Amino acid sequence: MSDAQTATSTDGNGGSAIQMIGVHKWYGQFHVLKDINLAVDRKEKIVVCGPSGSGKSTLIRCINRLEEHQRGQIIVEDIELTNDLKKIDEIRREVGMVFQHFNLFPHLSVLDNLTLAPIWVRKMPKDEAEDVAMKFLTRVKIPEQATKFPGQLSGGQQQRVAIARSLCMNPKIMLFDEPTSALDPEMIKEVLDVMVDLAEEGMTMIVVTHEMGFANRVADRVIFMDGGEVIEQADPETFFNNPQSERTKLFLSQILSH
Amino acid sequence: MTDATPTFERSPDLPPPASTVGVVGWLRQNLFSTWYNTLLTILALWIVWEAVPPVISWAFLTADWAGTSRDDCTSGGACWVFIKEWFGQFIYGRYPIEERWRINFGSIILIVCAATLFFPRFPYKLWVSLFLIFVYPIVAFFLFSGDAFGLEWVETPLWGGLFLTLVIAIVGCVFALPIGIVLALGRRSDMPAVRAVCVAFIELWRGVPLITVLFMASVMFPLFVPEGLTFDKLLRALIGIMLFQAAYLAEVIRGGLQAIPRGQYEGAQALGLSYWKMMILIILPQALKLVIPGIVNSFIALLKDTTLVLIIGLFDFLGMIQAAGTNPDWLGFAVEGYVFAAFVFWVLCFGISRYSLHLERKLHTGH
Ligand SMILES: Nc1ncnc2c1ncn2[C@@H]1O[C@H](COP(=O)(O)OP(=O)(O)OP(=O)(O)O)[C@@H](O)[C@H]1O
Ligand SMILES: [Mg+2]
Repeated sequence: MSDAQTATSTDGNGGSAIQMIGVHKWYGQFHVLKDINLAVDRKEKIVVCGPSGSGKSTLIRCINRLEEHQRGQIIVEDIELTNDLKKIDEIRREVGMVFQHFNLFPHLSVLDNLTLAPIWVRKMPKDEAEDVAMKFLTRVKIPEQATKFPGQLSGGQQQRVAIARSLCMNPKIMLFDEPTSALDPEMIKEVLDVMVDLAEEGMTMIVVTHEMGFANRVADRVIFMDGGEVIEQADPETFFNNPQSERTKLFLSQILSH
Repeated sequence: MTDATPTFERSPDLPPPASTVGVVGWLRQNLFSTWYNTLLTILALWIVWEAVPPVISWAFLTADWAGTSRDDCTSGGACWVFIKEWFGQFIYGRYPIEERWRINFGSIILIVCAATLFFPRFPYKLWVSLFLIFVYPIVAFFLFSGDAFGLEWVETPLWGGLFLTLVIAIVGCVFALPIGIVLALGRRSDMPAVRAVCVAFIELWRGVPLITVLFMASVMFPLFVPEGLTFDKLLRALIGIMLFQAAYLAEVIRGGLQAIPRGQYEGAQALGLSYWKMMILIILPQALKLVIPGIVNSFIALLKDTTLVLIIGLFDFLGMIQAAGTNPDWLGFAVEGYVFAAFVFWVLCFGISRYSLHLERKLHTGH
């Protein structure tokens, strides 16, 4: 398996926000990611879906090095991910991530959650960081919760805080790993609304989600993964109405049937 | 359903039977509910009846409070005169009487500074904390041992009593905590060499009784260092106790680190925090909060274990009391001494434990 021959885009001249070229990953013997080739343009919105265990989380976690890939190249904002810690830090500063379980810091107030990284990573003065934090809290429509602790908020509010926390670092790319799947149905909308707003502002986004309505509305491209491989990718129109592979059809029939 | 549904008047509630409420009800439910509970209650009452009055009578009613020598203890109860006469020695050991103000002064600085940290709205907490951690130990060292700033040199063999107990306990705990944290982090490190060193250190120190550590520090250690090079015995004991305590704290803290979910690490990493910033800002505050009970527990254990320093010839609080009890003029009052020692240790340990409860409640942020 040669890396270059399967690459969709090998120029690497800064046209893409993210390039994954022939990426493989193993957990011990288990081959989680098999020859992933993916180029994400600036301002592009990508929705990744697929059955449980297909490697969706692993894929996006490789992009900010929460997981290490063993073969292939990952280039984020023209920085190649290697073992160089400096580069990893650089990339993490440019890439925000929102998790299924929010991962807010429970010992800090909402405001401190938001200002922590700008102050300690970006070396922003405290006042400025607080202004920025309030700006983003207002954007996710919960400025009045600033002094509360995460444990005192609802799930939907926590997830919006988590989104605001990432945005405070002024990232160029946002990764979402099933941001609504731990939420009660009535809270899903408030989070999706925030994400739609963000998309409309032109953020580069990769979203792992099963919210097909969201995919339809926002995505430039939908990617279907199964067994660690990208099975199919297309614009939402084509993807939902005219899926090519059998596995995609099966998957779509399963998740659209209920 | 027909219209003929009969209507019911609700009759007023009857008061509960007297035997289930109030004192009688409580007694019945808790003390006399079954025949064996009744038996145990009676047995317990009998023991209390037999034991408590004599103790009260010994400690208070027939005790001697006034006087200056053993001849004033005539009533047959406790001779608190003994404690009163030796009180200064129990607190300060053999520290020269005219220099005792230095200990008082040092303690007052410590207490005042620590007290400011209790006020939620006090604005200079950070500065006070920094002072306590970095400046105070140096100030205290020169204040207590002297030989600088015109203060007379008081060699450490003269240090003793409650003063020495607290010096050992506080130094042992305060310096052991950061070492323990580093050891705990090291034990969970990805780097095999770091991990091996930390595991070896922790297991070595945890595997040895404190008495052995103290003997090593006082008897063996001088055999290994070049002749002429001498270290203060107290300093050696302090270092030994500190490392011993650090090994224990490391394991307590490791327990806390293990309880922090992986998502916290990932959340911090995704924001671009480096390892140390992640640990100091995110992981350790949560982990340490979780293990406050464990840390306090080992601090209380250490406070009581300081009494072991007697065997290497340091006269801590208990040591001074024992020494006083063997004074020819005051033979026969050991019981009063031990009761007093138990009382003081209990007050200290109970105070610490209450404080830790307060701390846990204050740091609780509802998750
Ligand atoms: N740390 C790990 N060690 C070993 N195997 C792992 C580890 N993390 C994930 N896996 C395995 O890798 C596969 C892909 O996991 P991944 O979390 O990427 O799936 P996913 O597509 O996100 O699934 P889901 O929809 O359930 O979140 C799964 O089979 C999982 O069991
Ligand atoms: Mg997943």
